[in-house]
Amino acid sequence: MIKILLIASLVLLVGCSSSQNWGWYVIDPRTASGWTNVKFLISGMGATIQISLIAAVMSIVIGLLVALPGLSEKRGWRYLNRVYVEFIRAIPLLPMLFWVFYGLPIVFQSMGMSIPIDPFWGAIITLAISDSAFTAEIYRAGIQSIARGQREAAQTIGLNYVQTMRYVILPQAIRRILPPLANQFIYIVKMSAFASVIGMQELTRRANELVVTEYRPLEIYTLLVFEYLILVLIISAGVRWLERRMGADERG
Amino acid sequence: MPDAAIELVGVNKWFDTFHVLKDINLTVNSGEKVVICGPSGSGKSTVVRCISRLEKHQKGTIRIDGVELTDDARIGSEVGMVFQQFNLFPHLTVLENLTLGPIKARGLSRKEAEDKARHYLERVHIPEQAEKRPIQLSGGQQQRVAIARSLCMEPRVLLFDEPTSALDPEMISEVLEVMAELAHEGMTMVVVTHEMGFARKVADKMIFMDAGEIVEEGRPEHFFTNPKSERCRKFLSQILQH
Repeated sequence: MIKILLIASLVLLVGCSSSQNWGWYVIDPRTASGWTNVKFLISGMGATIQISLIAAVMSIVIGLLVALPGLSEKRGWRYLNRVYVEFIRAIPLLPMLFWVFYGLPIVFQSMGMSIPIDPFWGAIITLAISDSAFTAEIYRAGIQSIARGQREAAQTIGLNYVQTMRYVILPQAIRRILPPLANQFIYIVKMSAFASVIGMQELTRRANELVVTEYRPLEIYTLLVFEYLILVLIISAGVRWLERRMGADERG
Repeated sequence: MPDAAIELVGVNKWFDTFHVLKDINLTVNSGEKVVICGPSGSGKSTVVRCISRLEKHQKGTIRIDGVELTDDARIGSEVGMVFQQFNLFPHLTVLENLTLGPIKARGLSRKEAEDKARHYLERVHIPEQAEKRPIQLSGGQQQRVAIARSLCMEPRVLLFDEPTSALDPEMISEVLEVMAELAHEGMTMVVVTHEMGFARKVADKMIFMDAGEIVEEGRPEHFFTNPKSERCRKFLSQILQH
């Protein structure tokens, strides 16, 4: 992880070293104004993490609920799953964000409810719904990869559908599902940058606001890129740790 | 017939347009051992899968202990099933494989379920493997665990779907021995197998199936020495050559 960071920084610095256009003073932590700017930029981190985490958890739950009917023997249930997945994953994130943030409150209003949607929850709902179509497909593939005999054996020892999923299928499927789910989590972290468009004070929004006052887009956006890079590298390391732990558990 | 553990009357089943079971009539009395044989694709596995409710029949009646199996009836616990591929749960220990059903489906306490599990592991002669994972066991041991797992549900009847077909030759006898012991103790059994030595020794009734029909049935002494139908005679001569 440290290596990746070092190489990335080196490539950037070497590539730009001959140029006179760098003005690192704007985010130089040794100066008072530089430090203030850095603190301002990093302060968006909490919102980015919160939005991503809550959206990821919601997506993991919704994805499972969407995936299960897709595995049903009944055609009607499978059809519901297909409609959801095809419809949701066809909508680009930004239009969906606008629809949820500007459109959904009007829908609620016309139904006689006044439920305001702030940028925080607007971003979370959009990310969770948009991502759930993909997590649903991941679950479906993972559950289908568990041999049919497992389900049959569970049935012959009297387990019902929920028990079979809970104690037999999902514990086995989760090891295969985890790596692609981690991919989706990283995707959510990056897509949370769109929340800046509806005024959420997260990493990207902070960077944009500072650029407007300091006129130093190159340095500020460089730092922004590195902020996301660090976040994603931490997630990767966490997932690898989790995978190792589960792998060890499997071998007993 | 109050003593019939399993009763099939005019059972028919289709996979799409393929007619897998044609008017199957079969009665298995309590304590009786029935061995079903026949060429592959004859429908013999489908018969036991219908009895265990893993497949649904479309016509006819199946009764377990006089209770008819309907579309939404949950039996599972009345009928135990042993599969060709063992189908043990790889993420659980042997003991957990055995206690899952009793705890979750029967509501036993962990202590009761573990006592029962150890008792049945003893009966299949592998009490020392309780803490291991299925993957650490040989095929023969895995299949005996699978038998113990079924027994833990204390089923009314035990079905076997080619229980030794996936085993290496040197492991077949240890599984057949356990099955013979169960038979001896009075368990009602329906066994789909090609192990004719076992059948001769254990079966009360032999059934030969071909193309979805029961072609011949009878006591083993008649069945093996004097099969009536040409199809059955041909099949027996082919598998008894080995």
